[in-house]
Amino acid sequence: MTSTLTKEKSQADDRATVTHAARIEHVSKSFGGPSGQQLVLDDITLDVAPGEFVTLLGASGCGKSTLLNLVAGLDRPTAGSIATPGGRPALMFQEHALFPWLTAGKNIELALRLRGVAKSERRAEAERLLELVRLQGAYGKRVHELSGGMRQRVALARALAQDSELLLMDEPFAALDAITRDVLHDELTRIWRETNVSVLFVTHNVREAVRLAQRVVLLSSRPGRIAHEWTVDIPQPRRIEDAEVAELSVEITEQLRGEIRRHGQH
Amino acid sequence: MASTEVRDDVAKAGTKADDLAGLEAGLDALDAVQVNRTPLRQVLLQKVLPPVLAVALVLVVWQLLVQAKVTEDYKLPAPSAVWDSAAEQWVQGTLLDVVWTSVSRGLLGFLLALAIGTPLGLIVARVKFVRAAIGPILSGLQALPSVAWVAPAVIWLGLNDSMMYAVILLGAVPSIANGLVSGVDQVPPLFLRAGRTLGATGFRGIWHVVMPAALPGYLAGLKQGWAFSWRSLMAAEIIASSPELGLGLGQLLENGRNNADMPGVLLAIILILIVGIAIDLLIFSPLERRVLRSRGLLVKS
Repeated sequence: MTSTLTKEKSQADDRATVTHAARIEHVSKSFGGPSGQQLVLDDITLDVAPGEFVTLLGASGCGKSTLLNLVAGLDRPTAGSIATPGGRPALMFQEHALFPWLTAGKNIELALRLRGVAKSERRAEAERLLELVRLQGAYGKRVHELSGGMRQRVALARALAQDSELLLMDEPFAALDAITRDVLHDELTRIWRETNVSVLFVTHNVREAVRLAQRVVLLSSRPGRIAHEWTVDIPQPRRIEDAEVAELSVEITEQLRGEIRRHGQH
Repeated sequence: MASTEVRDDVAKAGTKADDLAGLEAGLDALDAVQVNRTPLRQVLLQKVLPPVLAVALVLVVWQLLVQAKVTEDYKLPAPSAVWDSAAEQWVQGTLLDVVWTSVSRGLLGFLLALAIGTPLGLIVARVKFVRAAIGPILSGLQALPSVAWVAPAVIWLGLNDSMMYAVILLGAVPSIANGLVSGVDQVPPLFLRAGRTLGATGFRGIWHVVMPAALPGYLAGLKQGWAFSWRSLMAAEIIASSPELGLGLGQLLENGRNNADMPGVLLAIILILIVGIAIDLLIFSPLERRVLRSRGLLVKS
């Protein structure tokens, strides 16, 4: 099974030269405040290739969540353009954002229904997605009956139910304990390889960024600009404790600290 | 581990997947939230016994006051006199008719208020201009005692059932609409964002996200709406009594006063109270508890 996956992955890499899952071109965003306009994002240009896993890394105030909202279509850029040829991207939040009036299975079925999946197929598809996140048997569970990690996995299944080519993740594991987060990193890597979805993952955790991504993009703060970019070619599956992960993390952290330090020098 | 060859990597992935599944199952088992239901005996002891004791206490104090002769019999009849009055009307077969006349009016009026108040509340909650225009009026109307509407309603509509319904509507519609407005206001913005990314926009957003998310607030509004319906109806029945209207609980009370029949008056008051509590206990409380429990919002102390 793993060998076919690797094949699919290389096919995806071939397609990468042809098209893109998201194209962000010269995007700027300002918010109007009482003391005039504040520039949050400044001239961001970034492509996410089909099947690629990109993490956006930055300290607070770098506008990484703002950028994700723009790509998700929840807000409009002040200047520039964003294209997501694969349709409306799926979005996962730091909070699970599951609807508490529905069971885990029905949350997923709602996403399927809104996507236009026929009623007769929804149940089986929801069960399949729950199995993908290893929560078979959780179909009838209420959200409050699930642990934090299980909720995020249902949220991931619901996001995958949108069958979008691009999955946006806004610090989805930041509120979890370290052990659970570690397990979810492994899960996310596995699911990303199985589904071939493109991921744009926002985090302030350097090790998490290196653990997961093929490419790490560092944003500077106020305004957010692309400060640096790293290609991570450490083979997956990686572990957060791997020496290469640590090594690259040190390098990236130095750069990140440099960016933060600049703000204290005024 | 870093310089592993591809074949090792594949093998590692295989065993790792099993490890991961086992690890995850362990975590899930450790973290699973236990949901227990209270046993019946405990429910009886904690929920049923206290109100029964309270009612018994009131009856005892009442009987003691009567036996101490604090006032004349015609002002404070004994509980048994009220009981006899109820038994007498029961034998005549009029008691249930009287109760039903009022309850059917109250429920029908409430359903009308529901049908008007729900879309009204939704529009006020979602359309900024409408909210600015009539939001304050709606809140103000809630504070206005519905008795005030009886006089104009009689003049406009005459002494008939439509007048009763008009008074109920003016009392209950603002509560129901306001309950829905505050329910919608309290919907976490995260749900709206999640709904939008899933494609629930416009009417689908209201149906799949806003309405279910606002349900607890809406139910609280319905509960209050019922209380207002019932109060408004009683005010209308007491003030506007007429032989053509059919005998309801309000008229029973008014007739008792006219005949200086204190047991009859007390009986009417007790019946009005019982109906109000019964509807709440039989319809609204179970509904509310079900909704809150299914969302994990019912905190047991």
